[in-house]
Amino acid sequence: MNSRVADRIATGVLIGLATIIVVLLVGLFSYILAKGIPNISWSFLTSPSSTVQAGGGIRDQLFNSFYILFITMLITVPLGVLGGIYMAEYAQPGKITHFIRSCIEMLASLPSIVVGMFGLLIFVNTIGWGYTIIGGALALTIFNIPVMVRVSEDAVRSVPSEQKEASLALGITHWHTIKTVLIPAAFPGILTGAILASGRVFGEAAALLFTAGLSTPKLNYMNWNPFSETSPLNIFRPAETLSVHIWEINTQGIIPDVEEVANGASAVLVLSVLLFNLLARWLGSTIHKKITASK
Amino acid sequence: MENTTTSARERLVKSNKNKSNGELRGKMIVTLSAIIMITATVAITVFLATKGLQAFLVNGVSPIEFLTSTDWNPTDEGNPKFGAFPFIYGSLAVTLLSALIAAPIGIGAAIFMTEIAPAWGRKILQPVIELLVGIPSVVYGFIGLTVLVPFIRNQFDGIGYSLLAGTIVLSVMILPTITTIATDAMGTLPRNLREGSYALGATRWQTIRKVLVPAALPSLLTAIVLGMARAFGEALAVQMVIGNSRAIPSSILDTSATLTSIITLNMGYTTYGSVENNTLWSMGLILLIISFVFILIIRYLSSRRRI
Repeated sequence: MNSRVADRIATGVLIGLATIIVVLLVGLFSYILAKGIPNISWSFLTSPSSTVQAGGGIRDQLFNSFYILFITMLITVPLGVLGGIYMAEYAQPGKITHFIRSCIEMLASLPSIVVGMFGLLIFVNTIGWGYTIIGGALALTIFNIPVMVRVSEDAVRSVPSEQKEASLALGITHWHTIKTVLIPAAFPGILTGAILASGRVFGEAAALLFTAGLSTPKLNYMNWNPFSETSPLNIFRPAETLSVHIWEINTQGIIPDVEEVANGASAVLVLSVLLFNLLARWLGSTIHKKITASK
Repeated sequence: MENTTTSARERLVKSNKNKSNGELRGKMIVTLSAIIMITATVAITVFLATKGLQAFLVNGVSPIEFLTSTDWNPTDEGNPKFGAFPFIYGSLAVTLLSALIAAPIGIGAAIFMTEIAPAWGRKILQPVIELLVGIPSVVYGFIGLTVLVPFIRNQFDGIGYSLLAGTIVLSVMILPTITTIATDAMGTLPRNLREGSYALGATRWQTIRKVLVPAALPSLLTAIVLGMARAFGEALAVQMVIGNSRAIPSSILDTSATLTSIITLNMGYTTYGSVENNTLWSMGLILLIISFVFILIIRYLSSRRRI
């Protein structure tokens, strides 16, 4: 075979492979949305789920998903940013830094079900909280922290060294430089990374099965006392999230309209993740334009 | 006059003191966060290892039997059997098969993005891949359950729940991982490699096959291993489509089970502390050990990176 012909054929094959991915995504998205959007209605989003009859909604699951996401990010973002600053600014090359890097790498490669099992062992059984929102959020923190550390470290490192040196040359101390120069400059990168990580946390289910549980108590949305049993804000109550709900009704549920509910819930889930993605892109570029004065 | 000088001096001295305090405090909280990460990792390893070994040390399940026997019957009253080999086999089978499907597509797409259409190919494929990563695993599982399983049931004999369904779902899930890393690997190759090859009169395909792919090989293998690590640990999507049977599958159309799917399925139904429950923790320990092994392989590969 002539090498020019081989080149043509290879080019064709490579284009084909790339096309497969695009077709796959378009197919998946249009399938999820076409099947799901007809099932999304105001009452679907605002009525509680049912355990036996048809016609249940996803109100509590939707709230739980956002609430667990919020609590998770509340813990993960400060911890991850500080960890990133440590890795970028304080870590000396050596055995300890190498060890911390290995730890982060290991946390990043843990299967999420293993993180869930750890949560079950520690938060549910050893500490004895049972299935709780806070247990779920802590498990998700473990799952999410390596991403946040990496994002923050990259963002801090990508600040031009002249900016940092100028600040140090003015006699400003290291920590003060970090606070007033590096963090503001790294902020867009950290924010974008945090929003993208939120998308991942939002859809996570395996780590929550054994930590936040498969059920939600009856909630009273008028009750804002975070210590009350029926309050949605109580962090010591079990909470089934949207993705766990999809899994649960498909594998253990007995409601007759499994497909409708799961289709609707999948579409809500995918649309939320899409929204997180778009938000991250838009915020990233807007803030970048603002602080760098570039078009 | 005198007054202002002293106050200025005081102010400076005061602020200096403040700063040095802040300095220490800053360093402390930052170091604390690093310590938290180490603690978390060590705690996970220690607790899961202790719990995972209980089945062998306390309940007297034979580790050899656990790893090699194909007989899984933990609820048998008189003579419970704890052979987890079918699940280990199932996990390895879906992982390898899905890597076999996803690796060529992912690496092909990466080469397309970096070598054939760097300008517009990347612009289209990059967001596509980011969105594929964003689809939650249960949604993949659900689509597998409602589209793939009936499709396999209609096309072939059997019930549709099968190793094949699990493999296809996982291939789609690990495709973005492989593509992203492979794209980075191909993109960071120095330009002069390409130019040198073209200057010798090689065609684009010859350049890709004889120069670029060999140069990027360790990174491309890293991409595949990371994809396999993700496939190996994935639980819910696989559990929904694979059928969860106890036997070793004899063909890809047979039902099967993986370590993750058995853990997902049984953890909630077994009593905490019972022998059967403890063997599930042992499976969790296997998952943990295998994810260590994947890290070691990646380390080895990145030490062999030539460029």
